[in-house]
Amino acid sequence: MDFIDSVQLADVSNKFVYVSMVTLFLATLFFSMSFAAGRRRESQFQVAGERVLVESGGSQVRGTPVEVTQLETGRRAANIGMSLTWLAAGMLLVGVVLRGIWAGRVPWGNMYEFSITSALGILVVFLVWSTQRDLRWLGLFITIPTLLTLGMAVTVLYSEGAELVPALKSYWLVIHVLAAIIGGAAFTVSAATAGLSLISDKGWFSQLPSREKLEGLTHRIISFAFPIWTFAVVAGAIWAENAWGRYWGWDPKETWAFIVWVIFAAYLHARSTAGWKHQKASVIALIGWLAFLINYFGVNIFITGLHSYAGT
Amino acid sequence: MSQRAFFRWLWRQLTSMKNALILLFLLAIASIPGSYFPQRVTNPLRVNQWITDSPTLGPILDSLGLFDVFGSPWYSAVYILLFISLIGCVLPRLRVHWRAMRSQPPAAPKNLSRLGGSTFEVEGEPEAVIENARALLKKDRWRTVVGQDSDGGHWVAAEKGYLRETGNLVFHYSIILILIGVAIGGLFGWAGNVIVREGEGFSNTLTQYDAWGGGRLSSAESLPEFSFTLESFNVEFERSNAQAGAPRLFEANMVVDRPGEQGGATHLVQVNEPLVIESAKVFLVGHGYAPHMIVRDSKGEVVLDDAVVFLPQDGNFTSTGVIKVPDADPPLGFRGLFLPTSAVDKIGGPHSIFPAPDDVSVFLGAWKGDLGLDTGVPQSIYTLNVDDMTQLGLESLRVGQTWQLPDGSGSIEFTGYERWASFQIASDPGKELVLIAAILAIVGLSLSLFIQRRRVWVKVGRVPEPGSPSRVKVEVAGIAKASGHNATEQVGQIVESLKGKTS
Repeated sequence: MDFIDSVQLADVSNKFVYVSMVTLFLATLFFSMSFAAGRRRESQFQVAGERVLVESGGSQVRGTPVEVTQLETGRRAANIGMSLTWLAAGMLLVGVVLRGIWAGRVPWGNMYEFSITSALGILVVFLVWSTQRDLRWLGLFITIPTLLTLGMAVTVLYSEGAELVPALKSYWLVIHVLAAIIGGAAFTVSAATAGLSLISDKGWFSQLPSREKLEGLTHRIISFAFPIWTFAVVAGAIWAENAWGRYWGWDPKETWAFIVWVIFAAYLHARSTAGWKHQKASVIALIGWLAFLINYFGVNIFITGLHSYAGT
Repeated sequence: MSQRAFFRWLWRQLTSMKNALILLFLLAIASIPGSYFPQRVTNPLRVNQWITDSPTLGPILDSLGLFDVFGSPWYSAVYILLFISLIGCVLPRLRVHWRAMRSQPPAAPKNLSRLGGSTFEVEGEPEAVIENARALLKKDRWRTVVGQDSDGGHWVAAEKGYLRETGNLVFHYSIILILIGVAIGGLFGWAGNVIVREGEGFSNTLTQYDAWGGGRLSSAESLPEFSFTLESFNVEFERSNAQAGAPRLFEANMVVDRPGEQGGATHLVQVNEPLVIESAKVFLVGHGYAPHMIVRDSKGEVVLDDAVVFLPQDGNFTSTGVIKVPDADPPLGFRGLFLPTSAVDKIGGPHSIFPAPDDVSVFLGAWKGDLGLDTGVPQSIYTLNVDDMTQLGLESLRVGQTWQLPDGSGSIEFTGYERWASFQIASDPGKELVLIAAILAIVGLSLSLFIQRRRVWVKVGRVPEPGSPSRVKVEVAGIAKASGHNATEQVGQIVESLKGKTS
């Protein structure tokens, strides 16, 4: 491919990422509208003045006419939010794929690319999950972290680098980093549900599913993410053995990957320990996600180690 | 408390889930300083630098083991306690699970309807309906047992998902195996580093290494016999604007001799592509420049004619090194900077602005006097002790230039440079075990997280209705062992197929 073409390809990729961000921002607005229109769970069953029964999408909604209208508005806004999220994910997918074609390799060779692919990962985990159960209420808490990730990517992390340093030229880059991206995306979704479970009985948040339900969802998503993270760590160790002559050397990135692993292992144990199953477990899940963020941003930017080449 | 009771209490504490949780937390927290402070195992030079820079705090942190976190007593204490807790937990569970695997599903509870489930009526004899249900369940790989209540009701009990606990145990035992593998590597493994200049050779004996470390049970005799010569070293750097200076290729052309092989075989060693010789692997880990110098002393005798290894200090290969000439008259010492692409500015001083040798120069400082080599204290070849020396001056040289030292102390000529490559040669006999255990751990983990253990019961009783003697009442209900899960879907399926099959 000649030079002009390839530069244009990177440009087109960037434009798709930008348009995806705008779409995601609109999705966030609609999810916020839906959230603002939401009512306390109990209010749906409150006996207040004139009541009506409305058949809506197979489920019956009870309440005063005003409440029902608001709920309807909220539901419609959430549906638009979901559609926009699908659209944003589609465009981001195009952006990521074009980036990979432009670079002639997997689109996770530097922190910018890792970030846009991770953002895509978060959306994909959320959207695939949403085909199995109604997750419209979660949309707002997915689009915001995704937007933040993309914002970081295009502002501070952007890099034009296409070629890789020799240490990264290995098929383990495909396996190890992809597993880390999927695991990290699922951890991010779990952080949303875990965080919400801690405040689900407060004010506006009481429209969300019950605390127990949110805790159950958090457990599910972490049960999915944890083996993938384990695999990412093991694949990394195999690669390290091949590149650096040892499978484990307590490099800062390795150390933090281990810390993340230990914290989520603690979470899974907490879920089957009396007295730790609920709020405490959710707090552990959030701490695990913070450790993941430190491993991802902190170690690359602030600490010198063997993984420094993965920087901008 | 008697001694026995105390130990029993201690054991119960250690193996309780709550304390295992606390130990997991401690392990995570204890690891953090290992990522923040430089560690001796990975970067001894930076540790020394840190201690030199903070002479009060450094030694205190050092005595606390913060520069060797993962070998420190407190870190070991945490993971040893964790492993005792783990073993104490999974040993009894193995016995329990073994029994569970061989036992029958428990009989149906007296009052099935309390578990929710579903009740309906079908035509048929109770025995036939039960056989039907059992066949259906067996086809779906449930473990089943049939029985009869004291009041004459027939039931079939079924259980599924034994692999969940099997996976759980496999995972935890694999973790123990990983620790054993790590320990084997630590005891029998060894690793060494060596810098080899282009054209130079290396043979695998202890004395040839720049640094070598082995486990307690490893020995110099366990080194496999081989030697190699670094024929050439190729390196390329990115020249376009984006990521300029980033390495694009480095590869070492080596001729390897090993016993039983005629002549030398040529090998290309690259990053990610080590050379495997018996139990050892040769990894390419770094490279740099070695400026070639000719030093003459006051009598005009050539006292040194060699390429001296300089160590890169930054990504552009600004390299530092030391030249020691104890045999000169007077003894001479030089501290030098090698710049592959030279630049000088007021703040940074002389430094390199690109890693490739586009505009080569050296900056030298010369000293004469006692090099301190005879004191018996071992010295690094990369540091010059100038305590008993007098400085002669500073000079910068391009290739081919000669510096006549002041006072007729001699001269130094910069004739060119060679490249060198550094290799890590390592053997870890525990790594295969660790790999197998890690794979088993992932398999076990996935089984334990994705498989659900469920029990269902089908109960059949006659409907006390004189008109239709062959009509029976069927109750189906089930439970899942893990919280947050249920057997609703499975019960639904069984109900559907029972209704379908009998009507």
